Amino acid sequence: MRNLVILGAGTSGTMMANHLISRLQKKEWNITIVDQFKTHYYQPGFLFLPFDIYTTKQVKKKGKKFIPKGVKYIQKKIELIQPNENKIQLEGDIELNYDILIVATGTKIAPGEIEGMDGPMWHKNIFDFYTYEGAKALRNKLREWEGGKLVVHITEMPIKCPVAPLEFAFLADSFFKNKGMRDKVDITYVTPLGGAFTKPKATEALHHLLDEKSIKEVTDFNIERVDYENNKIIDYADTEVEYDLLVTVPTNMGDALIERSGMGDDLNYIPTDKATLQTKDYENIFAIGDATNLPASKAGSVAHFEAEILTENILRYINGEPLKAEFDGHANCFIETGNGKALLIDFNYTHEPVEGTFPFPGVGPLKLLKESRTNHMGKMAFRWIYWNMLIKGIHIPFVSATMTEKGKHFETVEK
Amino acid sequence: MIKTFGEAQVEVKVSEDGYLEDMSQWNEEIAHEIASEIGIELTDKHFEVINYLREKAAAKEALTIRKVGKSGIVNIKELYKLFPKGPLKFSSKIAGIPKPTSCI
Repeated sequence: MRNLVILGAGTSGTMMANHLISRLQKKEWNITIVDQFKTHYYQPGFLFLPFDIYTTKQVKKKGKKFIPKGVKYIQKKIELIQPNENKIQLEGDIELNYDILIVATGTKIAPGEIEGMDGPMWHKNIFDFYTYEGAKALRNKLREWEGGKLVVHITEMPIKCPVAPLEFAFLADSFFKNKGMRDKVDITYVTPLGGAFTKPKATEALHHLLDEKSIKEVTDFNIERVDYENNKIIDYADTEVEYDLLVTVPTNMGDALIERSGMGDDLNYIPTDKATLQTKDYENIFAIGDATNLPASKAGSVAHFEAEILTENILRYINGEPLKAEFDGHANCFIETGNGKALLIDFNYTHEPVEGTFPFPGVGPLKLLKESRTNHMGKMAFRWIYWNMLIKGIHIPFVSATMTEKGKHFETVEK
Repeated sequence: MIKTFGEAQVEVKVSEDGYLEDMSQWNEEIAHEIASEIGIELTDKHFEVINYLREKAAAKEALTIRKVGKSGIVNIKELYKLFPKGPLKFSSKIAGIPKPTSCI
């Protein structure tokens, strides 16, 4: 018997377990998945939790429910990967051997990277919404907050789901309007980027929306520290932005396990081939999702597209065939714009988000880069798709892993 | 776009926002000229940073402010002092390497 081990039972790891159980020969392969935590969170829901749009129950379920029968599920802390010995050390002196390893340990917030961020005011008037705890604490704060300066802030790139902070700003605008207190709230969006988003074409559309909703933008802001005593954030160029309520996306880093095991870059992400998903240093180790250093969005949709290609590549690797260099960085995201509407964007390594229709060329029903109610319904329906299809590895009809150019209006794009 | 540099009027291909398209066409004279357009007078310390950036760009490593801050050459605060208002963008432009894509 040979061993395939998956580290991490989040979105990527769970999808891989579901894909591989039906594709690997049961007589030849043991599949094991390791994750110390019992709860599987629907992370896109963390955006809605602070505004009481989703309840806590809607964003978490027992992880075990989604691990297929026949896969061994170990709930223990991973101490170390020893890539040169093909071994994993777990807590309690347990050792696992592997023939093939898939690392899906994701990314975490690291508020400790910025002076004053996770100090005495953390979760008092400085919040994140990238963790269940942060989103829930922020919900409780927003229920009673009487207004003032709300600053929505990104610390540094890359971050998981780069559109989430924008969506947060849009939803906050709606939330305070509905509460009849928008005039008491001043919203500012602060980003280290030169504009609202990482891709110029979408930045234009999003800038327009920010403007329309009277959300101020501060760009090229690289935070040095949080002055929590005087409620302001200060950047390296000594620019200051005052807040009464700071909602920040802290530095994102790969798991500390990757650092301990000496396998990461300066943000603990694993150097990975961007087309095959094989790690650059070890041929029998593959990485997927947020754990990689791929220049693609860190998002569940990207992980979903990667999982289909990685499954094929694992089978090819086992059969001694050359790997398929097929992953194109495909991402597909709904962007909530508030007031029951959403935008949809579709892009990859080389193509900017484009206008057009999705998933059926020329028909839709979803429109790319245009605000609509149908797009919002799509985003809401996605929670069901996530729990019932996506992480179970069921192919979502009509949505392909690589991007299709049909029915989309491309302009010439620089590489 | 074609831009000419120096007394010899050397023709160099640049992007729309003025970044060199081919980093091998770069020389110190070009660096000084781009820097003075931005309003920066280059010192030895600037060139230490520029050489570091060129080395990493040649190795196809993605550059971030964090990475330069950990290079051992400058910390982030010093990088800002050397290249005010555009620590990575201006330094990359002067170093003749492509515009940093904090894509993602």
